[in-house]
Amino acid sequence: MSGSVLFDAPGPRTVARHRVYTFAAAAGIVALLAFVVWRLWAEGQLEYDDWEPFVTPRYITALLVDGVLTTLTMAAAAVAGAVVFGLVFGIGKISDRAPIRWVCFVVVEFFRAVPVLLLMILIFFAWGIDRGQTGAYWSVVGALVLYNGAVLAEVFRAGINALPRGQSEAAYALGLRKSQVVWIIQLPQAVKIMIPTIISQCVVALKDTSLGYAVASPGLTQVGRGIYQAFQNQVQTIIVIALLYIVMNLVLTAVATWVQRRFVGEKNPIDLTRAGNLDGGQNTGAAV
Amino acid sequence: MDAVLENSDEVIRAFGYTGLLFVISAVGSLLVGTLLAALRVGPVAVLRRAVATYVTLVRNTPLLVVLLFFRIAGPKVGLRFDFVDVQIAGYNFNNIFTACVVGLIFYTSSFVCEALRSGINAVPLGQAEAARAIGLTFGGSMREVILPQAFRAAWPPLTSVQIALLKNTTVAGAVGVFEAFARMRSLTNDYTTQLIPIFLVFAFFFVILVLLLSAASYAVERRWKVAR
Repeated sequence: MSGSVLFDAPGPRTVARHRVYTFAAAAGIVALLAFVVWRLWAEGQLEYDDWEPFVTPRYITALLVDGVLTTLTMAAAAVAGAVVFGLVFGIGKISDRAPIRWVCFVVVEFFRAVPVLLLMILIFFAWGIDRGQTGAYWSVVGALVLYNGAVLAEVFRAGINALPRGQSEAAYALGLRKSQVVWIIQLPQAVKIMIPTIISQCVVALKDTSLGYAVASPGLTQVGRGIYQAFQNQVQTIIVIALLYIVMNLVLTAVATWVQRRFVGEKNPIDLTRAGNLDGGQNTGAAV
Repeated sequence: MDAVLENSDEVIRAFGYTGLLFVISAVGSLLVGTLLAALRVGPVAVLRRAVATYVTLVRNTPLLVVLLFFRIAGPKVGLRFDFVDVQIAGYNFNNIFTACVVGLIFYTSSFVCEALRSGINAVPLGQAEAARAIGLTFGGSMREVILPQAFRAAWPPLTSVQIALLKNTTVAGAVGVFEAFARMRSLTNDYTTQLIPIFLVFAFFFVILVLLLSAASYAVERRWKVAR
C-alpha cells in the first residue's frame, strides 16, 4: 500500500505476512457469514413461507407504492420545506440587524438541538391527531422541515461565508444594497456549491421519515409493520425494508456525487461535517 | 408545567435512562468504531473492504430499522439479551434496554469509523514521509506525527456523531425503553391540555445537554488548535 499516510511501502517479508492475514481474515469473514446463514436456517427463517409476501404481487405493490413512494414523497416534501426554512433563517443569521440575527440564531440552535421525535409528537398531538393518516403524514413532514431546515440554515450560512470576500466587496463597490448583494451576487454562487450538500441532507430526511413509526404515519416502515404483524416474519421483513432504504439512499448518494462532480468539482469547499464548527463550535454536519 | 412537576420523579428517571443509554452507547461506539477504523485503514485489503461494506450498509439504514431488528427480529434467530436482567438504583437493565444499546452501538460505530478515517485522510502524505525520512520508527511516527494530527482533524465530526447519538437515544423510546421521549409521550397522553409546556420542558433539557456537549467539544478543540 504505497502512498498511505500510515504505512511505508511493504517489503517482501511484510507482503508475505499480509498474505497470511488476508487468508485468515477472509476465512473469518466467510465463517461469520456461514454462521449467520446457519442461524437463519437452524431457526427456520429461510422457509419459503416467511419470504412469500415479498414475491407476492399484492405485497410488492404495497411495499413499492404505499412504502417506497410515500416515503419518497414525504422526504421530498420535507426537503422542499427545509430549503425554504433554511433559506429564510440562514440569510437571517447573516442579517445586519442584530435582533433578526439573534432570533434566527436561537430558532436554528433550538431546532437543531431538539430530537426530531419530540417535535414529531408535539405536532402530532397539537394538530395531527384528529386528522388520521394525513395528520400523521404531515406531522412527520413538519418535524423534518423544522429539523432539516435548521441544519440547512447553517449550511446556507456557511456556503455564503465560504465565498471569496471580494465578491461581496465588489458588489458593494458597485453600489448594491445588502439584500441585492445576497440575492444577486452571493446566493446564486453559494447555491451551486450547496446542491450536493442539500442532496446529502435528503438522505438524512429519508432515513428520518422512518421515525413516523412513532405516530403510525404511512411510509415504508409502517407497511413493513403491517406485513410482519400479519405473517410473523419479523426477520425477513426487516431485512427487506432495510435493503429498500439502503437502495434508495445509495441512489441519492450517487446523484449527489454526480452533481458535485458536474457542478462543483472534486473537492467541496463546504465540508459538511465541519460546517457548524467554523465558529462557535456548534455542530451541524453529521446530523444523522 | 404542573404535569411535569407532579411527575418530576418520573421525568428525572426518564432523563436518567437517556443519560445511561447515551453514556454506554457512546463508550461502546467509540471502542467498536476505533477498532473498525483501524481495520478500515489497515494493510489487509479484505478487512478494508469488509468494513467499508459494513459502514455503507449501516449508515444507509434508518436507526429505527436497526433498533427494530435487535428488538423484534433478533430474538427469532436466537439473538436474545435475556441474560441481562439487573436492577441498579432503581434502574432496570433488562433485555429491551440491552437490545437498544447494542443497536445504538451497532449504528453509531459506523459513523465513528468514518469520522476517524476522515481524520486520518486529512493528514498530508508529506507528514508521514518526513517522519520516516528523519528516521522515526512506525510507532514513533504514529505517536509523534500522524495520530496527533489525525485525532485533531477527527475531533469535530466525532463530537457531532456523539451529539447525534444523544438525540438518537429518543428512538429507543419508540421501541420500548422508558427514556425521555417515551415519558414525554405518556405525559402528553395523560395531560392533553398541557402539551406545549411539557414539550418545552423536555426540549429545554435536550437543548441544555446538547449545548453542554458542544461546549465541551469546543473547549477541547480550541485547546488543541495549535497544531495546524
